[in-house]
Amino acid sequence: MIRFQHVYKEYPRTGLALQDVSLFVAKGEFVFLIGPSGAGKSSLLKLTYMDELPTKGDVWVSGVRAKGIKRRDVAKLRRKLGVVFQDFRLLEDRTAEANVAFALEVIDTPRSAIPGKVARVLAQVGLAGKATSYPRELSGGEQQRVAMARALVNDPFVLIADEPTGNLDERATRGVFQLLRDINASGTAVLMATHNLDLVRRSEYRTIEVNRGQIVFDSADGDTARRKVEGLA
Amino acid sequence: MRLALRETMIGFRRAPVLSMLSITTIAFSLFAFGLFSLVAVNIRKTLRDVESRVEIRAFLADGTPVEVVSAAMGDIGAFPEVIRVEYVSPDSALARAREELGEFKDVFESAFLPASIDVRLREGYRDPNTVRTVAERIKAFQFVDDVRFGEEWVDKLHRIRNVATAAGVILGLAFAAVAVIIIGATIRMAVMARSREISIMRLVGATDAFIRRPFLIEGFLKGLLGGGLALMLTWFASEVISRNFVQTEFFSRPLAVLGLVGGALIGVLGSSLSVGRHLRKV
Repeated sequence: MIRFQHVYKEYPRTGLALQDVSLFVAKGEFVFLIGPSGAGKSSLLKLTYMDELPTKGDVWVSGVRAKGIKRRDVAKLRRKLGVVFQDFRLLEDRTAEANVAFALEVIDTPRSAIPGKVARVLAQVGLAGKATSYPRELSGGEQQRVAMARALVNDPFVLIADEPTGNLDERATRGVFQLLRDINASGTAVLMATHNLDLVRRSEYRTIEVNRGQIVFDSADGDTARRKVEGLA
Repeated sequence: MRLALRETMIGFRRAPVLSMLSITTIAFSLFAFGLFSLVAVNIRKTLRDVESRVEIRAFLADGTPVEVVSAAMGDIGAFPEVIRVEYVSPDSALARAREELGEFKDVFESAFLPASIDVRLREGYRDPNTVRTVAERIKAFQFVDDVRFGEEWVDKLHRIRNVATAAGVILGLAFAAVAVIIIGATIRMAVMARSREISIMRLVGATDAFIRRPFLIEGFLKGLLGGGLALMLTWFASEVISRNFVQTEFFSRPLAVLGLVGGALIGVLGSSLSVGRHLRKV
């Protein structure tokens, strides 16, 4: 479903961010991405939602290949995946439901289908009662839930989360993480970069550690997923 | 399209000062262009008025029979370049000379001036070469003694016209380029102000065409409003000049509409360039 094959990513100013990264994430899997700041976690995620393209090597996401991809195809791919960030990235002058609806509107979803989908997903993230609140009226945890609702509203096959609990207190972190587990339990894969090692230790999910642009540890090493990519490489 | 319009309105509402500033900037850059165009239009009109007086005068030999003259007038009138042929008798020529040169009216005596045929040319045939060619053709008639058309004056007029046209085109393009750059810069500010929104749109799968649409509408509206404002300012300036200095002609209706459409198109072009540049970066 997500496959990195000997991927290198080099930035003109900062140099090599990833080197020779190969990995495979299966459908419905939950994967933690850990490592120090600047290790390459965000670059790896950006390559997954094709905000960046590899300098060398190749990436496949749900059958879409990074090599030679057109901007229009990137847009199409993004409709099949959800992305959330540490800073939520909500539109401040729109209500929670308008923020979620926005994701449907920009991909030309029929107008009549929007309110139902928005209400369903806001209920799923536990914000049914806050639909008409503006981001500034919501707590950090609630804002992250709105961002997750926006990411989920198109029924993505994978949720990519870049430090989603980085700005949250302990209680909100637990809530957001539980929500991610629920989302994963319903069949959506989750790829989550985090610094919160407590979360990682307390769960049984696959963990990939990145350091200096390389994968230095993969808890799935030796299992089917890892062998699959080696076999393909 | 509904959504694009809504996003455009949100853009206007969210930053009303910035929007007004861009419309005013667009209006003033187009106003400068409008003033220049007003000058160009009036110079052109003046030159056209002067040019319409380009005339070939063929002096006739004494005693040329009237029927020969009228037959020749028919022939000359059939030249494609000719719009009007007029016979001027010696008496009419005298009356005209006395009228035009009032202070010398006593100097002129009867039968002092010969009869002539005055020939006026159509617009587009008043350049020196055509005038000369037609004059030579008329001179070929046996009863024509001499042909005059103010050769030096026609040459000079033609040169002035060419210089005015070239200067008009160059300055016009320069003004238009400045307007496009200024409009592009103001719209770029609007694009930057909404860069967060653009990045979110891209994140959730909006295509470039979709993202571009509200900005193009915004550019169109700003260009149209700025163009309208510029047109009003130019009209006001034209009125002030007409009342206090010299009678000026304002743009014809089609030209005014062309100005508005031009403003809107410049707005769309400026927007398209700005948002395109921004999209390539995100």
